[in-house]
Amino acid sequence: MNINYQIANTYLWSNKKMTAVAVFGVVLGIGIYIFMNSLLVGFDKSSNDSMFKNIAHIRVFRDDEIARPLISSTSDATPILINPKVVPNSNTIINPKRIMQEILKIEEVTHVMPQVNVNAFYLNGKSQINGLVVGVEPEAANQMYQIEKTIVKGDFKSLKSNPNGIVIGIGIADKMNLKIGDMLSLTSSKGQTESLKVMAIFQSNNAQIDKYKSYVNISKAQSLLAEGPNYITEINVNTIDPELAPKLAPQIAQITQYTAEDWKAANETLMAAFKMRKIVITFVSLTIVLVAAFGIYNILNMTVTSKINDIAILKAIGFKGKDVIRIFTAQALAIGGIGVLGGMVMATLVITLLRNVYIGGDIGYFPVDYEPTKYLQGATLGMVITFLAGYIPAKKAANVDPVSIFRK
Amino acid sequence: MNILETKLINKYFYEPTEFHVLKDISIKIQKGEFLSLIGKSGSGKSTLLYILSTMDTDYQGELLIDGLSTKGISNDALAALRNEKIGFVFQFHYLLPEFTSLQNVMIPALKLGKWGNDEIEHRAYEKLKLLGLEDQAQKPSSKLSGGQQQRVAIARALINDPLIIMGDEPTGNLDSKNTRIVFDIFKELTEAHGQTIVAVTHDDDFAQNSHRIIEMRDGAIKS
Ligand SMILES: Nc1ncnc2c1ncn2[C@@H]1O[C@H](COP(=O)(O)OP(=O)(O)OP(=O)(O)O)[C@@H](O)[C@H]1O
Ligand SMILES: [Mg+2]
Repeated sequence: MNINYQIANTYLWSNKKMTAVAVFGVVLGIGIYIFMNSLLVGFDKSSNDSMFKNIAHIRVFRDDEIARPLISSTSDATPILINPKVVPNSNTIINPKRIMQEILKIEEVTHVMPQVNVNAFYLNGKSQINGLVVGVEPEAANQMYQIEKTIVKGDFKSLKSNPNGIVIGIGIADKMNLKIGDMLSLTSSKGQTESLKVMAIFQSNNAQIDKYKSYVNISKAQSLLAEGPNYITEINVNTIDPELAPKLAPQIAQITQYTAEDWKAANETLMAAFKMRKIVITFVSLTIVLVAAFGIYNILNMTVTSKINDIAILKAIGFKGKDVIRIFTAQALAIGGIGVLGGMVMATLVITLLRNVYIGGDIGYFPVDYEPTKYLQGATLGMVITFLAGYIPAKKAANVDPVSIFRK
Repeated sequence: MNILETKLINKYFYEPTEFHVLKDISIKIQKGEFLSLIGKSGSGKSTLLYILSTMDTDYQGELLIDGLSTKGISNDALAALRNEKIGFVFQFHYLLPEFTSLQNVMIPALKLGKWGNDEIEHRAYEKLKLLGLEDQAQKPSSKLSGGQQQRVAIARALINDPLIIMGDEPTGNLDSKNTRIVFDIFKELTEAHGQTIVAVTHDDDFAQNSHRIIEMRDGAIKS
């Protein structure tokens, strides 16, 4: 071993208590950092998971159009059209098959699914429940929203072979006292009334949705709206990574000439809340690491002060400034290295513990997982910060003038 | 051949008041010489020795070691030069307390890296033996007496076979028997191995028996 590291090693062991305190500080700092940031990832994943059970990454639809004058006026002229209104167009997407093919050509797109939304009332004797009937292709819808996982009674697959079937939320089933095989009457906003057979009941993680949403075959939804088989109100698109959606949406809008809205834009308020959560957790975890760094800085500063005679002797017998820097930064890095390892162990323990805590409700088990990237980030941060915390006192030690010490 | 030469060295202290501590110091020391530096307390002996050892570079004038001027040489290069060519015994601060005597003696050689670990340990052990300290080799240096510590420091100064050994009262803490031993070692080093000794001393006997005496008075050399 190089003499510099031998000396560093001796100093670490001759001050066991101080070394232990410094290591402990890093263990706590990095452990909490990794844990909190893994938690953040877990929270985001769990929120996204539950969100993508109801919405797609990108939704393509025909937005309402405001009437425009036929002759475009120059800017300073009086507009020809005053008080324009929404053009009473139908909301159908024209030639949906071709458009879906076009969207599928984009490399990052994994799923494309047509959908017809029908506002309807579920009829129950004299009372009515306001609801949304979603017309889907059952297989594609399951791939996109993982509906089968939320089914509590019946079989979602049987919807496909039953054109008169319907899959309802558990809230509707409870309210209307419906079992599998019962008939449910509903009236669409276009006045069409149908009686459908309950094939399955789902329970999502959102009680609100369970009270008004139901799935039917797309053809049934079209007939509820008294429209033909080409009537599609929206195309849902999933991508390989939800984070890509905001980038892909404009591209899809361009290709299709329809409005393409990504999930982040559709849920702005929720995104703002997520962002805030992220800022708070990042800030708190960084502060904790910083406190640990101050611990190391303090302890190494004290070591340098108490070893000032040694430093003078070492310099007198031929150690260079950079040797002295190495002696003291090596101590910091050793403390940092052991601390980081301990921190990883601590984070793993805490995460393991929490993963087995059942929260219940929408969340289930505590949504935290071992996040390799966060471990890596924590380790890197820990090493960089301990290096800096050691380098500053080491630099001071390197600048010690031996003569001024010998004169004392 | 001059192993050590100074040309008109002057040094001032500015704190607390301006003080001309070294005045026109010009000396030539030959290879193999055993030189004693004497003078009253406060006459500037330690100050001069720090300059000769290259640790203090804050002065006017020129210092030549082994024929080479030290002007404009970087601190790192001076450190390497000290490690290889100069052994130093300090007036008060001696050893690294957390290391054993043997380790203290080994450190300059480990830094130099000229020999392997085993050979360095062997050499260090030999030097300790020379100074009658073989039984103290494995003791932490903080557990040694003042005189023992000073002798370990002398052993450390010898480990790299330096061209020049400088001592600031190297026998200041020793009894007459050990002073005699150290004196004989120094004499042997100069006469048999051609090494050079520059020793500050208050011991008249020691000075009288060395090859040459330089006396300092109020920062100047008394001729
Ligand atoms: N850092 C300093 N600042 C100001 N004056 C100093 C400083 N160091 C030493 N002196 C002064 O310089 C003079 C020479 O000091 P030096 O230590 O060289 O004396 P010395 O000959 O070695 O004495 P001694 O035999 O007591 O060791 C003394 O008058 C001392 O007070
Ligand atoms: Mg002195």
